[in-house]
Amino acid sequence: MSFLFRRTRALEAQIDQFLDTVSEGCLVFEQGVDDYLRGDREEFEERHKAIRILEAKADGLRREIETRLYVESLIPDHRGDVLGLLESLDNVIDQAKQTLAQFEVERPDVPESLAAEYTTLARVCVQSSQHLVDSCRAFFREITAVRDHLHKVYFFEKEADRLADALKRRVFSMDLDLARKIHLRYFCLHIEKVSDRAEEVADRLAIYTIKRTI
Amino acid sequence: MIWLFLSSGLFLGWSLGANGAATIFGTAVATRMIRFGTAALVAGLFVVIGSVAGVSGTAGTLDELGGIDAPAGAFGVALAAGLSLFLLLRQSGFPISTSQSIVGAIVGWNLYTGHATDPAVLSRIVSSWFFCPLLAGAIAALFYLSLRAATPRLRIHLLEVDALTRVGLLLVGAFGAFSLGQNNIAIVMGVFLRVSPFPEKLMLGPLRVSSAQMLFLAGGLAIAAGIATYSQHSMRRLGSGLTKLSPLAALIVVGATATVLWLFASPGLAHFLRAHGLPALPLVPVSSSQAAVGAILGISLVRRSPVRWRSVGEIVLGWVLAPVLAALISFIGLFVLANVFLLPVATP
Repeated sequence: MSFLFRRTRALEAQIDQFLDTVSEGCLVFEQGVDDYLRGDREEFEERHKAIRILEAKADGLRREIETRLYVESLIPDHRGDVLGLLESLDNVIDQAKQTLAQFEVERPDVPESLAAEYTTLARVCVQSSQHLVDSCRAFFREITAVRDHLHKVYFFEKEADRLADALKRRVFSMDLDLARKIHLRYFCLHIEKVSDRAEEVADRLAIYTIKRTI
Repeated sequence: MIWLFLSSGLFLGWSLGANGAATIFGTAVATRMIRFGTAALVAGLFVVIGSVAGVSGTAGTLDELGGIDAPAGAFGVALAAGLSLFLLLRQSGFPISTSQSIVGAIVGWNLYTGHATDPAVLSRIVSSWFFCPLLAGAIAALFYLSLRAATPRLRIHLLEVDALTRVGLLLVGAFGAFSLGQNNIAIVMGVFLRVSPFPEKLMLGPLRVSSAQMLFLAGGLAIAAGIATYSQHSMRRLGSGLTKLSPLAALIVVGATATVLWLFASPGLAHFLRAHGLPALPLVPVSSSQAAVGAILGISLVRRSPVRWRSVGEIVLGWVLAPVLAALISFIGLFVLANVFLLPVATP
């Protein structure tokens, strides 16, 4: 049987590698936010560097996968969906990288009393991205399990919305300069965007899953 | 002269290949799972093998309907069937039933020469026209439901499903081409059986080849030529004209079509069923296009996907027109052969 799958096995490995990279990138993002809030500059720089490398790797893998799918005329009926899925997944790691870059450039002055809430928000966003990666893996190998993971993506995305909303309210209720309040709100929004991107991919995936059932 | 007469049968074979192969590989080519070149090669090879294997199958039924005993008569009948097929195919682009064309043309010969058409044989053939798409639809629906139930449990990667489907489409397509040759060769060469130009027996080394086998081999090669030169358009039309099919659904359509063609053409199966006291299907040349359309509709109804009923209507209209047009062309053609060229179209 293996001779039948000789061409596809390498591509399967590349898709798995791409999903691993997105997942790892999001985990690095969570640690990076934590390092920043703890004031560990050195570790934060390391995380920022790592996520840039991972994002570039994900881009490269995505392009290679796309090229092979077209050149070898594979999965003609699902090719568009898979390409759309990979591109939108790439947006998730891209968002995580951009957010860390904004921490690096703008260096927001987060009050110590809010640090834990920002960390929690980042953790919940990353959880939604991790379940998204699981649902994408299921899309390729175990189509019936996709829904099991997707509902968790939606759960954590809503949870992130709730936490972000509460955090913004706290920021604006504090005795701070308006400029600082607005700055802190922006960072709340930037972190929250990671789960928003995950939700966008989940919406696409839900449709692709219906299309994949014969 | 007989070789000239045989050319009309070869033309009919070419016409059958031009649209018969669409029913076997149309969905696979339209969904871009198999390249047209590969499909044409496999279909051509297996249709020739099936043609030679079909000597003892469905030819007898057409002979019972009208035992054409003059070369010019056989020429006129085959030419009328081929022409009606070609005209309708050009007009609509949808696959037209070759079996209906030849039956119409034979009835035209009976009418012109004053031979009685056996109503029992005719009703057996016509009933198979209705039964064939229904059976194909039922088999396709059954295959579809089984596959839909089994696929999620297998946990195969999307890319591996794709690879397996391609191989499956080629294997099932080869079986379909074999069944097409076995079932439909009688349509192409059946009318020439009594006037075959080939010697009774020919020894090719240890292999003894009969006149009918050589005749059917020539017919099979003509079908293969039709597949190679003119089937691309109707393949794409059938595969995407009725409803949108996934490659797995395409596999089911080809499988159901091939099974039905084989059921109506296999003397071994019929003998086996009768020997065990079971009802056997009659050995009748059935329409591969009807089987394929039945299979596509069977799947579409089960999965409740939208069907382009207008296209279905056009195809069905083609099925009604094909025998009527063939009978008319046959009658006029035989009149011309007998009265203008002064050729005997039947043995007095």
